[in-house]
Amino acid sequence: MATNQLDDTTLAELREIAARYPEARSGLLPMLHLVQSAQGRITPEGIEACAAILDISPAEVSGVATFYTMYKRHGVGDYHVGVCTNTLCAVMGGDEIFARLKEHLEIGNDEVAVQRQGDSRTVSLEHIECNAACDYAPVVMVNWEFMDNQTPESAVQMVEALRAGHEVSSTRGPRLCTWREAERVLAGFPDGRVDEGPTAGEASLAGLRIARERGWTAPDPAQTPAVEAKESEA
Amino acid sequence: MSTLTPVLSDTWDAEQGWKLSTYAARGGYDALDAAFAMSPDDVITAVKDSGLRGRGGAGFPTGMKWSFIPQDNPKPKYLVVNADESEPGTCKDIPLMMGNPHVLVEGVIISSYAIRANKAFIYIRGEVVHVIRRVQAAVAEAYAAGHLGKDIHGSGYDLDVVVHAGAGAYICGEETALLEGLEGRRGQPRLRPPFPAVAGLYASPTVINNVESIASVPAIVKNGAAWFASMGTEKSKGHGIFSLSGHVARPGQYEAPLGITLRELLDLAGGGRAGHQLKFWTPGGSSTPLLTAEHLDVPLDFEGVGAVGSMLGTRALQIFDETVCVVRAVLRWTEFYKHESCGKCTPCREGTWWLVQALTRLEHGQGSEADLDQLLDQCDNILGRSFCALGDGATSPISSSIAHFRDEYLAHLTHGGCPFDPARSTAWAGREVTA
Repeated sequence: MATNQLDDTTLAELREIAARYPEARSGLLPMLHLVQSAQGRITPEGIEACAAILDISPAEVSGVATFYTMYKRHGVGDYHVGVCTNTLCAVMGGDEIFARLKEHLEIGNDEVAVQRQGDSRTVSLEHIECNAACDYAPVVMVNWEFMDNQTPESAVQMVEALRAGHEVSSTRGPRLCTWREAERVLAGFPDGRVDEGPTAGEASLAGLRIARERGWTAPDPAQTPAVEAKESEA
Repeated sequence: MSTLTPVLSDTWDAEQGWKLSTYAARGGYDALDAAFAMSPDDVITAVKDSGLRGRGGAGFPTGMKWSFIPQDNPKPKYLVVNADESEPGTCKDIPLMMGNPHVLVEGVIISSYAIRANKAFIYIRGEVVHVIRRVQAAVAEAYAAGHLGKDIHGSGYDLDVVVHAGAGAYICGEETALLEGLEGRRGQPRLRPPFPAVAGLYASPTVINNVESIASVPAIVKNGAAWFASMGTEKSKGHGIFSLSGHVARPGQYEAPLGITLRELLDLAGGGRAGHQLKFWTPGGSSTPLLTAEHLDVPLDFEGVGAVGSMLGTRALQIFDETVCVVRAVLRWTEFYKHESCGKCTPCREGTWWLVQALTRLEHGQGSEADLDQLLDQCDNILGRSFCALGDGATSPISSSIAHFRDEYLAHLTHGGCPFDPARSTAWAGREVTA
C-alpha cells in the first residue's frame, strides 16, 4: 500500500504532542496514533520519526508499537469494523455476527475486504475484546465508534452502506469519520464532532428513567445528620 | 427495599449533558469553591470521612490513598485518572464520561488540589473515540471558563490536565501498567513496593483513581461526607453505578446505594428473559468468581460479596440464563486473559496458554474427569504468583465454574462435545421462536 511521506506539518504536530508532557516520551502513544492518521499504518518511517523526536531507539518505539493492538503494521480499511466476541457479546450473538461478516466480506480476522467495482470505500474486519458497552450487546465498533444492539442482518447492511460511501452514524455518537480521521482525534486533535449524538443511549438511561418515574433521588443534603463539625473545624 | 440514587447519572437525560453550560446550570463547579475554602488536608479528611472506596474494583479507601502521598517529597505530585475501562462486563465509566464529563473534570481539580498536584492526566482507553472527544472538549471548556490553568477561581492554585488516549491493552487498566503506558512504554506492570504513592509517574508521588471514584468527589465536598455516608452499608458507603447486561429485560446502568441486591436490581430491570431462569452471573466483571441464583439476595457491597467467595469488583453484573453453556463462557474469558497477558511473568504468560488448551479439549468433549483436577491444579500454580492480578483473574471463572457446575463439564465428556445450542442464547432468539 502506498503511503504518504510524513510532511513538515505532521512532524511539527508530533513534536507538539511530545511537548504536552513533563517528559517527552509520554507522548509516544498519541504520536503513534498520529502516524497512523498520516500514513494509514505504523510505518518504518513513522517509527524512525518518533524515535528521532524522543531521542530513543527505533527498536524501543517498535517494541511499544507491537505491544498495543490498535497499532496496525498493515493497512486497514477506511472503516475498520470490530465485532465484540468476548463472552457476553459472543453469547448474545456476537459470534454469529462475526461469522456472518467474515462470510459476507469473504475475509478472515484482521483482513481488508476487496474493494469491488462501485465501492467507494473499503472495510476491514477484526474481532475485538470487551469495549465497555455490554448493556448494548451485541456490540460492533466502527472506527472505535459504538454501533449498539446489532444483528447479523444489521451488520451486513451497515458494511454495505459504508462500502457504498453512504453516511452512517454511530448509534450513540456522531457521523462516522474514516479510520485515519479517528486516529487524529486519538492523537489529541479534536475534529469538531463532539456535539453530535445524544448525551446517553437508552440502556444508559434505564435506571435514571425508573428513578424519574418513581420520584427517587439521592438523599437531600439538608436532611442528612450533621456530623461534619470534625472536618469543618480546622 | 433500596431505591435508586442518581448522582453521577443525574445529568444523563439532559439535553447536551456534556456541555459546561448544562453542568453549571445544575450547580456544577460550585464544589470547587467549597474545596478552595478548605485546606487540602481537610479535603482529604472529608473524603476519608465519607467512606468512599475505590470504584475501579479493588475498593481501597480513596481518602487514605491520598493521605499516603508524602508531602515532604520535593518532587512534583501527580493525579492520574484510570479511564481504561476494559474489564469484561464493565461499562459504567464510558457512559459517565460521555454524558457527564464535567463532573469528572471537577473531581480531578478537587482531588489534585487535595494531594497538591499541579498536573493531572486522564488516561482513556483508545477504543472509544466519542468519549475521548467529550472529555477533550470538557477540559477545553473548563480552561476557557477559568476552572483550569493558572490561579483557578483566584485561589492561587494552578492545574493543567492532559487527556491521553491509550492504544488497546486491557493490562493498562492495572495501575502500574497504566503508568508505563503513560510514560510511553509497553504496558507491563511494575513490582510493588514501591507503591505509586511513593514512586509512580516519573518516579514521583502519584495517585491513581478510577473515573467513578474521582467523579464522586465533588458531591462529597458539596453535600458533605455525612450525606455520602448516609447511603450504602456500614463499611461500603455511598452510591455506585451497577451495570446490568446479558439476559435481562432492560439491561443498562442503575445508580444505587452499595448493598442493593441482584434480586432488587433484576426487579427494576424487568427480570430475566421471559420463560428463562438465571443460571450464573458475575458480580464485578469476569475476574470476579461466578455466582448463581443462590446468591440473589447477597448485599452487593464489598463485604457481602466477599463473604460468598467472590468480589464486588466494578459492579458489572453480567447475567446468563440456562441456555448458556458455562464451559463456552469460561473458555472465551480464558482466551481473553491469554490474549491480554502482557508476557512479563511466566506463570501468567504460560499458564493462561495452558488453561486455554485444557478448556478447549474439555469443550470438545475430549479427555477425562482427571483433566478437571489438572485444570484446578494449573489455576493453583497461577494464582498469586505474578506481579499483577491478571493471572489471578484468569483463574476466577474457571475455579468458580467448576465449583458450581462440575456436572456440566462432565456432560461435555459424556456427550462428546457441547450439549448446548448457542442460537438459543442470542438477543434475537426469542423473536424467532415467537415469529
